[in-house]
Amino acid sequence: MEITQLNILAIGRDPAILQVVERLINGHDNWLATVVTTDGQALAAFGQQRFPIVFVCAGVSTAEEDVLRKCLTAIDANVIVARHYGGGSGLLENEVRAILDHQGIYITTKK
Amino acid sequence: MNTILHKAATRGHADHGWLESYQSFSFADYYNPERIQFGTLRVLNDDRVDGGKGFGSHPHDNMEIISIPLEGSLVHEDNMGNRRVVGKGEVQVMSTGSGVFHSEYNNSPGQPAKFLQIWVFPNRLNVTPRYDQVNRDPAMEHNQLQTIISPEPPEPPAGNPLPIFSTTEPAGNPLPMSSAPGTWIYQDAWFQIGHFDKAKAVTYQRHQPGNGIYLFVISGSFQIGDQLLNSRDGLGITASETITATAVDNDSEILIMEVPMQNKME
Repeated sequence: MEITQLNILAIGRDPAILQVVERLINGHDNWLATVVTTDGQALAAFGQQRFPIVFVCAGVSTAEEDVLRKCLTAIDANVIVARHYGGGSGLLENEVRAILDHQGIYITTKK
Repeated sequence: MNTILHKAATRGHADHGWLESYQSFSFADYYNPERIQFGTLRVLNDDRVDGGKGFGSHPHDNMEIISIPLEGSLVHEDNMGNRRVVGKGEVQVMSTGSGVFHSEYNNSPGQPAKFLQIWVFPNRLNVTPRYDQVNRDPAMEHNQLQTIISPEPPEPPAGNPLPIFSTTEPAGNPLPMSSAPGTWIYQDAWFQIGHFDKAKAVTYQRHQPGNGIYLFVISGSFQIGDQLLNSRDGLGITASETITATAVDNDSEILIMEVPMQNKME
């Protein structure tokens, strides 16, 4: 599947860490982050646009993650809800690339 | 026994001038789908930081981060109120849990600092962040392995702890055992380190079924079975309860990391 922009939703409880995650995602061409701190905000954002990737970040429990995954996959069965580990620069790009590879998603340059 | 070999020359490499990093597993710009992790061992970076340079304040969360300086020292500062210098002969651990901001700089203005930075997935999420730093005892690492990392809680220092490793002469004669506890992380992982004279052998006994063992040669070379490991080579081993490594060169140093191959969240 080809897309021109990769929308990534990141949900976590620590706004300062989310700010860094947002900056790192947006530092990549054609990647665009939406960051939220509550499950309600995540569901609202998900209802407004398609996010192939949802990252679950610091402060979200595994139980909350399970509920989120269930709700979000009910809306879009193709969404990948994955935990982001490490809090920023070290693994984020790797995690995105692994999901894109797994899902067969290719980002093409806008014309 | 199943093995996976990571020769030093096949690692990822990033040269940012002030920072040069060799990465045994995918990290930052280095992405190799065949080299993502070894069980819960996710990052093994072999870094050099120029004098006076370093990493400004940045966050981490939900990762056990172990730093082992090999040359020089780093000054660490975090939002938990810690400001510590960690140098050769010490081990630093951060359980980053719910989130921590920290900086780390070379503590010397003119000399490079070299260190291993290792990340292990935790078995508990969102714990209160924790910092620890311990000394290594060179005498406890000579021709034997010293434990530097073990699971929480640390093994009791008194009483009759079970021997967790043994050192043997090539002929099989036992040498003294060591049980220095080091520090701990939120994972069923054990790290041991030692430097060995030529022809000395050590047999590592796995602590927990299902765990894998990753050997990383810091200096010199070791023979493990029919595999010769040279400086900075790594060898992952699964489905084996014991591993014997024999030093091929004098003053050969090895780091042995036992980690769960599947993460069981508590």
